[in-house]
Amino acid sequence: MSWITLLVIAGGSYAFKALGLVVLGGRTMPRRLQACADLLPAALLPALVVVNTFVTRGHLVVDARAAGVGVAAVAAWRRAPLPVVILLGTVVTAVVRRLSA
Amino acid sequence: MVDAPGDDHPAAPPIGSGSPVVASLLLSLAVGAYAVSFGVLGVQAGLTTAQTCAMSLLVFTGASQFAAVGVLSSGGSPLAAVGSALLLAARNAVYGVAMSRVLPAGRVRRLVAAQFVIDESTAMALAQHDAHHRQRAFWATGLGIYVCWNVGTLAGALVGNRLGDPAALGLDAAFPAGFVALAVPHLGRPAGRLAGGLGAAAALALSPVLPAGAPILVAALAVLVGLRRNPAGLRSEGPR
Repeated sequence: MSWITLLVIAGGSYAFKALGLVVLGGRTMPRRLQACADLLPAALLPALVVVNTFVTRGHLVVDARAAGVGVAAVAAWRRAPLPVVILLGTVVTAVVRRLSA
Repeated sequence: MVDAPGDDHPAAPPIGSGSPVVASLLLSLAVGAYAVSFGVLGVQAGLTTAQTCAMSLLVFTGASQFAAVGVLSSGGSPLAAVGSALLLAARNAVYGVAMSRVLPAGRVRRLVAAQFVIDESTAMALAQHDAHHRQRAFWATGLGIYVCWNVGTLAGALVGNRLGDPAALGLDAAFPAGFVALAVPHLGRPAGRLAGGLGAAAALALSPVLPAGAPILVAALAVLVGLRRNPAGLRSEGPR
């Protein structure tokens, strides 16, 4: 990652925080815009899950990651702590990959 | 953050009762453990230790940090990385509006406070019952998580530099596993599940045809469909 990319992300993230707290202040955001921002993680995060699980260099693939992420999903659904979910996902993926090699 | 920046439990945390300061510290320690994973993944994805730490110091929004690094490590362009990170950061503006009713006026103070407006600090503050405790919970959670998040990131980056082959360790599954955990709290409502399902389907369908990272940005449009399902769109339990 270039430093410029990093600083743009940092500046943009801070701008959103300051926009709400400093600029908009006590005013209310348009309800629809607020609902949009509220719903964005629900739309983006599952997309990040499937792309990082099933895509390799522009091709759809099913490999060891699917098993690991599947187990991680079950753990997350059962409210396992975040580090546990990540650890389960990586360990299961590593084991399946080794067994299938 | 994780949006903890760890991200991302907008609903009131389970440890919201009792002393807000004690609860904040416990939450901070838990988030710090998550930051270790970010540190490991950052250096494994090709960031330097300094860049990985700078992400946590400056961006301090977990989901955005993970998304940026995840998009880049899967071959996405810097533009796609910036786009997905900032789309995920947009909800902090909503939290900022909520916190503006809690924090005292004063431009300088608010400009400082802004960096600490994240899922956890907002949720912990709004879980309290009076203005005094809300302010204390905000600062205790925001500062506590900031310290633990950055210490955890540094520790993770140092460990990550010593790990071997990422694929043999299954580390390529760490991003999607982390994203799953971040997504679950957002999928409680029908509108969230609809947007999530559509976003995932669209991203998968477009991945063979669009450059890496771009399908994630298209998935954001699923919000518009989710809103039609639930025009009010607001979580009943979330921060207002």
